[in-house]
Amino acid sequence: MVKPRAIDRKLLRDLRRLWSQVAAIALVLACGVAILLTAFGMIRALDTTLNDYYGRQRFAEMFASVRRAPGKLVEEIRAIEGVRSAEARKVGPVTLDLPDRPAPGSGRLMSLPAGAPLLNMPLLVSGRMPDPDSDREVAVNARFAQANGFRPGDGLAAIANGRRLDLTITGMLRSPEFLYSLPPGGLMPDDAGFAIIWMPERAAGAVLDLEGAINDVALTLHATAVTAEVADRVDALLAPWGGTGVRLRDQHPSHAFIAAELQQLRNMTVVLPPIFFVIAGFLVNMLLGRIVALERAEIGLLKALGYRKSEIALHYLLLAMLVACIGIAIGWLAGSWLAGGMARIYARFFDFPWLIRPDGLDVYAISGLLALVVAGLGAARAALTAARLAPAVAMAPPAPPNFGKGPLDRLAAGRWLSQPAKMVLRGLLRWPVRAAMTMLGLSAGVAILVASSFMIDAMDVVMDSAFYRANRQHATLVLGAEAPAGAALQARALPGVLRVEPQFDLAVTLRNGHLSKRLSITAQPPGGDLVRILDTEGRIVAAPETALMLSRQLAEQLQVGPGDMVEVEVAGDRERDFSEPVAAVTRQYLGLGAYMDHDALAARLGRAPRVTALHLALDPAALPEFQAALKTLPTLAASVMLTEVRDSFRETIRQNIRWNTILFLTISGLITAGVAYNGARIQLSERARELASLRILGFTRTEAASILLGETAVLALLAQPLGWGIGALIAQGMVSGFDSDLYRIPLVLTPANFARASLLTLTAILAAALLVRRRFDRLDLLDVLKTRE
Amino acid sequence: MPMDHLGDRQRNLSARSKTGAPADDTGTDRQAAFRTEGLSKTYGAGGPNEVRALDGVDLELPSEELVVLLGPSGSGKSTLLNILGGLDHATRGAAWFREMELTAMTDRQLTRYRRDHVGFVFQFYNLVASLTARENVELVTDIAMDPMPAAEALSLVGLDARLDHFPAQLSGGEQQRVAIARAIAKRPEVLLCDEPTGALDSRTGVAVLSALEAVNARFGTTILVITHNADIERMAHRVIRFQDGRVIDVARNRNRVAAEGIRW
Ligand SMILES: Nc1ncnc2c1ncn2[C@@H]1O[C@H](COP(=O)(O)OP(=O)(O)OP(=O)(O)O)[C@@H](O)[C@H]1O
Ligand SMILES: [Mg+2]
Repeated sequence: MVKPRAIDRKLLRDLRRLWSQVAAIALVLACGVAILLTAFGMIRALDTTLNDYYGRQRFAEMFASVRRAPGKLVEEIRAIEGVRSAEARKVGPVTLDLPDRPAPGSGRLMSLPAGAPLLNMPLLVSGRMPDPDSDREVAVNARFAQANGFRPGDGLAAIANGRRLDLTITGMLRSPEFLYSLPPGGLMPDDAGFAIIWMPERAAGAVLDLEGAINDVALTLHATAVTAEVADRVDALLAPWGGTGVRLRDQHPSHAFIAAELQQLRNMTVVLPPIFFVIAGFLVNMLLGRIVALERAEIGLLKALGYRKSEIALHYLLLAMLVACIGIAIGWLAGSWLAGGMARIYARFFDFPWLIRPDGLDVYAISGLLALVVAGLGAARAALTAARLAPAVAMAPPAPPNFGKGPLDRLAAGRWLSQPAKMVLRGLLRWPVRAAMTMLGLSAGVAILVASSFMIDAMDVVMDSAFYRANRQHATLVLGAEAPAGAALQARALPGVLRVEPQFDLAVTLRNGHLSKRLSITAQPPGGDLVRILDTEGRIVAAPETALMLSRQLAEQLQVGPGDMVEVEVAGDRERDFSEPVAAVTRQYLGLGAYMDHDALAARLGRAPRVTALHLALDPAALPEFQAALKTLPTLAASVMLTEVRDSFRETIRQNIRWNTILFLTISGLITAGVAYNGARIQLSERARELASLRILGFTRTEAASILLGETAVLALLAQPLGWGIGALIAQGMVSGFDSDLYRIPLVLTPANFARASLLTLTAILAAALLVRRRFDRLDLLDVLKTRE
Repeated sequence: MPMDHLGDRQRNLSARSKTGAPADDTGTDRQAAFRTEGLSKTYGAGGPNEVRALDGVDLELPSEELVVLLGPSGSGKSTLLNILGGLDHATRGAAWFREMELTAMTDRQLTRYRRDHVGFVFQFYNLVASLTARENVELVTDIAMDPMPAAEALSLVGLDARLDHFPAQLSGGEQQRVAIARAIAKRPEVLLCDEPTGALDSRTGVAVLSALEAVNARFGTTILVITHNADIERMAHRVIRFQDGRVIDVARNRNRVAAEGIRW
């Protein structure tokens, strides 16, 4: 082994001497590396897995629903230029009578084509596929089976189209179409209460009254196909049969959700690591700046001895590189561990059959390289200063800093200030850039906390608005098909039902010139008390008798406001298209909304009012009877117990919040303490002599320490409002970032949030200050005065 | 460059006659180690705080001598030393080390020059605190062309027993001797010492001076020592007096005393 050069041994000893600051910087850097590694790794794992899974199981690229079309129509679709393959399916809702659940579960019945499916091929997890000729055998999704403890051979009671079916489960499947699946009307996945049921085509036709007919098509295209053209031709073919318009993958519920998750990961990769890297770079800059200032004489000496500029610059760069290497090592370890944890969370959340985690050596390399670059940039200024120091100047003791005479300095010279206060103030004014950087670093900690707990407050508002102000029903019954208005009376007759409010959902495309949006118009009778519409101020408003109300989001997307006309294209029934003025804009955090009066919509469509869903208020005492009665209700597609939805929503949010809180507290604590500790340590080493002299003049330890830490205290206080401001900006950014068709969050900034953020960061700063104070207490006065700096 | 050599001698003579020093009977056959011509250094030129640290210094220092440079504080001694050592640039005039014109060299060339030819000893020991005595010496031997082993250099200054001590564990005199060992370890042709005993008491100061004397005698190293201590001139071959940035006197010392014999 080659013996390290003396100058390199100095490096290693410096590193050991500075271990606490090195550790602080390395940890901040490690956070950036770990997050980069995790997020990048997960993005790639999800991408690769999706591609692989979708490819193998031939996940379709285009989907279309139709009310009822002749089965041979699929041949015409296959003949469209650009279509690689097309498969027709029969799809419909069923309700399930599950032994362990009082309320009925719901399911989605899918036909299994006679041969093997060409597209969206399910993957057999256990058991066998149902016999194509059987009218009782079905396969179910594995998660549902697992949640209910079903095994191949078990029976399953379902109600479809008013008929009770006694089915036998032959196997458990997974499908690329249902990586993530929500029950009708639900907000959260419900493995136990919602099933995907695959039934042989012939039997499914009988159950769904679709013999010889189809109501769903899936397609894949040739690579050269023009998607929009194919979509137009499919639409044209399906329109006479009640086609509701084709959807591409990004509108497919399962895929859209995963795509949103991927997007969030990407956002995280763009936002978080740079924050850590910038702060780490800044800490390196502070640390090396101080070391070079303190080692002026040694630098001059090295120069006098004949060391080259490049060797000296490299010496200090290497110190930063070593810090970076420690950070990288920690970051890699933590990142690998985190990525494993994330993979498990994703596996639980999404129904992946497998998760491919491509070995991301390049991700390791890139994150490491970035950390090195960051440390290098942070060290560059100090290294250059060291290299540029003229040897003759460096050998002389540094000139005492030139304390200025600006207006602020005059303020600092005021008589009303005690001498120690003057020392603190002049220290700040003497190195304004450094003071500003430290303040910025400290405010980053505050900002992160403000931004992360803003999410908690925002979710509270969303929950309150969605579940306690807008949706107050105890249960919602989703009907399988449009029913006459009399269905409300039938529901009223169910045991325990106190109040019924009908709702009619009409699938439409809203259009304003070239802008259009596909969604449902929700129509309710006036005077609703269970389900209410909130205006932009959060007040309850009624749907006007002759106009549409749009949620703000939707209005913005269509670029319309009150008074503007919107064209309404009725999906599957274009003869009934109409136009309608916009009356008002509403506030809504989940999904998009378009609202209309129940009777007014019926009048526009030129027919009697109908219902597709019923909102109920229930007598809690009669809940068991109510749920038992639901299991025999023939026209039901699904029942949503809002109390359960609220609970599961709240629970999910609570868990997310817990993890987020832990994560961001750690991050913010590390940054704040790291910056504060470094700042105060630098103060200590620069002022050690001064403070030791004060001690000898008779100042107490505490008095001397208060000068030492006074600067940190002043900066910590100044950093608070700055941090609030930055936090509010980040929150604003998150509000825009989260704004999607699925959901959005309000900008809620409470004084309590600011206070909490400040309290926590000030605690972290105090802890860091106490560490430095302890170091100061241990300093030997004489040692300090004897050493020449 | 024979012409240069000729020129050297002539200027050598004229310099001497200018300073009124007695004709030198041994110096002329030795090659000059350093030579300066009108060497000037002005700080803050043109400003209100203009300082002429060096004001036209003409000087010639023969090889292998131990030269003492005396002068009041602020007279420009350190400035001269720094320029001769390649640490600083002159404002005007020229300085040579042998045939090398220092005042015409780039920073890079000066670095090379320091690395290959010069050893420095400063008033404040200037050791790297995080390196042991041996490692401080190795700082030089790592980059020198033909160094002696670090242990040997330390043994020359009588520090065999302190090889692995850190500066904080050494006395001031010991630290200064480490600095000398470090300076001589690369077998430099010249050793430039700026108040090497300035921070030391008499006894440790003498130990340091003895080390310098030994190096001069043993290796023929040209040594230039700046000091405020007039007693030290007694051990020099030659004494140069400085005032207001000028040489006011150069004298040969005919009755050299061994360092041991000096007290203050
Ligand atoms: N960086 C500088 N800027 C301005 N003036 C300087 C600088 N360095 C030295 N001087 C001035 O140049 C003059 C010569 O300084 P120099 O350090 O050479 O003196 P010296 O003879 O070594 O003094 P001492 O015996 O006190 O060390 C002094 O008047 C000093 O004030
Ligand atoms: Mg001096």
